[in-house]
Amino acid sequence: MSTTVSQIDEVKTTPWAGGHSPFKVEYGKLMMWFFLLSDAFTFSTLLISYGALRFSSPSWPAPDLVFQSVPLTSITHGAPLVFVGIMTFILIASSVTMVLAVEAGHRMARKEVVMWMILTVIGGFMFLGCQALEWTHLHEEGFWWGHIPSHEELKHFFHDEKLVNPVYTQQFANLFFTITGFHGFHVFSGVIINIVITINVLLGTYEKRGSYLMIEKVGLYWHFVDLVWVFVFTFFYLV
Amino acid sequence: MSLETTHDIHGGHDDHGDHEGMTRKKILVVLGILTAITAVEFIIALYLVPHHVMGMTLHIANPIYIILTLAKAFYIVAYFMHLKFEKVSLIYTMVLPILFIIGLILVLTNESHYWVDVLRPGK
Repeated sequence: MSTTVSQIDEVKTTPWAGGHSPFKVEYGKLMMWFFLLSDAFTFSTLLISYGALRFSSPSWPAPDLVFQSVPLTSITHGAPLVFVGIMTFILIASSVTMVLAVEAGHRMARKEVVMWMILTVIGGFMFLGCQALEWTHLHEEGFWWGHIPSHEELKHFFHDEKLVNPVYTQQFANLFFTITGFHGFHVFSGVIINIVITINVLLGTYEKRGSYLMIEKVGLYWHFVDLVWVFVFTFFYLV
Repeated sequence: MSLETTHDIHGGHDDHGDHEGMTRKKILVVLGILTAITAVEFIIALYLVPHHVMGMTLHIANPIYIILTLAKAFYIVAYFMHLKFEKVSLIYTMVLPILFIIGLILVLTNESHYWVDVLRPGK
């Protein structure tokens, strides 16, 4: 092999010439981004199907009448958005504790990483608990996959009695449980992954590796779950 | 150069000069923005729409909700997921495929109008 640098070798210093990742991120992190992109497509198809079915329906159960109770309290009427507001805030807050864990990881502050990760896991469990209460409440009212309340009961979920329609209500119930269920499954997976990573931090795995990059990768996933919830919240509870 | 060596270089801690982008203060500012946007959505949904303040109806409120949601999505992706501080090539790789989603939205909203007009006449 010749030691002189030929012109062809010099050309290979540009980002797209090979040898280095043009994205300047570690392989696993790049793959997490691609996975999240594919997951974004999956959630989009679910939410867009919901939108298409709802657009094409002449009537739809009114969100402020369906979601107006606060489980675990005596409030059963007239408090729309309160409970889901709490859920949204819990998830945003757990996203913040996750960024703080990443930030602590950059400073190699192991104890701080552990603290923020544990808070993130607690936030995840709180959200899942709220989700379970919300589902239980709707299930007790008669909503489920393939089940809706009786016609008499349905009048409470529409602003105008003439608009009451069991077909569109059933579509609403199926879509609500499918989409929030798929999102809840993501939150559950995220919590499990966060617990595994926290145990690894406690064992000193990343300290030995010299980098807390793994926290960033699970952080990306956790923020994505928060991102999806922002859309679910808007399209099921506000619009 | 083998792929493994490339990973080591990029996986190392020295490679995180760009991460200066997120300090604790900035994180709290983004939290403040996200909370404020959600608060605005609540004010619209709980006060402006029910009381028809400034002629607010769902037809006006819905586009506002969607714009505010996209703003929240921007702050989460750009700052929490750190995409704003990544290489331009990574930003475009992640943002441009979203055009496919916009395409599907356009196709299916159009299709759903067809369902109303043709499949359920008289409604």
